[in-house]
Amino acid sequence: MCTMIAMQTAVTGSGKGATGWFPLSQANVGFDHATHTQAEHALLLDFVNPALGAGARVAVEMDIASGKALVAQLQAAITEAERSGFSE
Amino acid sequence: MTARAETYPGPNGENLRAYVARPEGNGPFPGVVLVHHMPGWDEFYQEMTRRFANHGYIAISPDLYQRVGSGTPDDVTAQVRAEGGVADDQVVGDLTAASKWLRSQPNSNGKVGIVGTCSGGRQALLTASRSPRDFDAVIDLWGGRVVAAKEALTPKQPVAPIDYTKDLQVPLLGLFGNDDQAPSPTEVDTHEAELKKHGKDYEFHRYDGAGHGFFYYDRPAYRQQQAMDGWSKVFAFFEKNLGN
Repeated sequence: MCTMIAMQTAVTGSGKGATGWFPLSQANVGFDHATHTQAEHALLLDFVNPALGAGARVAVEMDIASGKALVAQLQAAITEAERSGFSE
Repeated sequence: MTARAETYPGPNGENLRAYVARPEGNGPFPGVVLVHHMPGWDEFYQEMTRRFANHGYIAISPDLYQRVGSGTPDDVTAQVRAEGGVADDQVVGDLTAASKWLRSQPNSNGKVGIVGTCSGGRQALLTASRSPRDFDAVIDLWGGRVVAAKEALTPKQPVAPIDYTKDLQVPLLGLFGNDDQAPSPTEVDTHEAELKKHGKDYEFHRYDGAGHGFFYYDRPAYRQQQAMDGWSKVFAFFEKNLGN
């Protein structure tokens, strides 16, 4: 817990974890020690449902540049969807 | 040696899960409490626990995340991180209870050290400072957030360990990488100045060419030369302060 950079947001959707699809309730975003990627620290993005246990988790680790690019493309996709009349 | 997961009595009499390794023979043996790192109660810590038993210590590594739930160490750690970590009061209670369990063993020599890495380094120092009668020596291996600004404190971690320096009554060994960002060399300087100010018994070693977690042979941070020198200092320090 060496950076303590961690934040959450509620999520409505589904994720596919180690045992298949499950309903998501929360996304956790952080920047801390990486578990798998070959860097000391990484952006940590976890889609989870704590009510289903710690294993209900879709985990991603990425570097900061990738995170910035992802945010930009996520925003672009939302903008395009809303421009096309989708709002849900 | 024998090594296995078992339970020990917690601060409120509850059964707490820990990995325990015991050397062969009658002893008496000193004890070591190992405080796992942020990635959780994982295989690295099981191996580290056995390493101490191999060097003649009864070693216990409590699972500090056990109340969060069960699962793989990285899944449980993710949940702990999302919850803002574990509360310092709970950690100090669990680790102090582990020391009492060690001293109650019939082949204990009555001395107990505590050692941790990363968040565990911070928690080892915190526990030794807050429970000085329960430990005889402490080793902080690159513990982050020993020095913390007021805005970085939380209800679960309300006091920075550096602010307990005056209460530390046992010798401290600290190992740090000069390329580390948490703790940074400046933060290590600040901690060292506080130890000097209070006249504490400590020794710090700082390694060039090493960052955070340079003992972790399964991570790119591993630095063989610095790690092996560090291990020699760890065992020399505990031998001096916990030996028969």
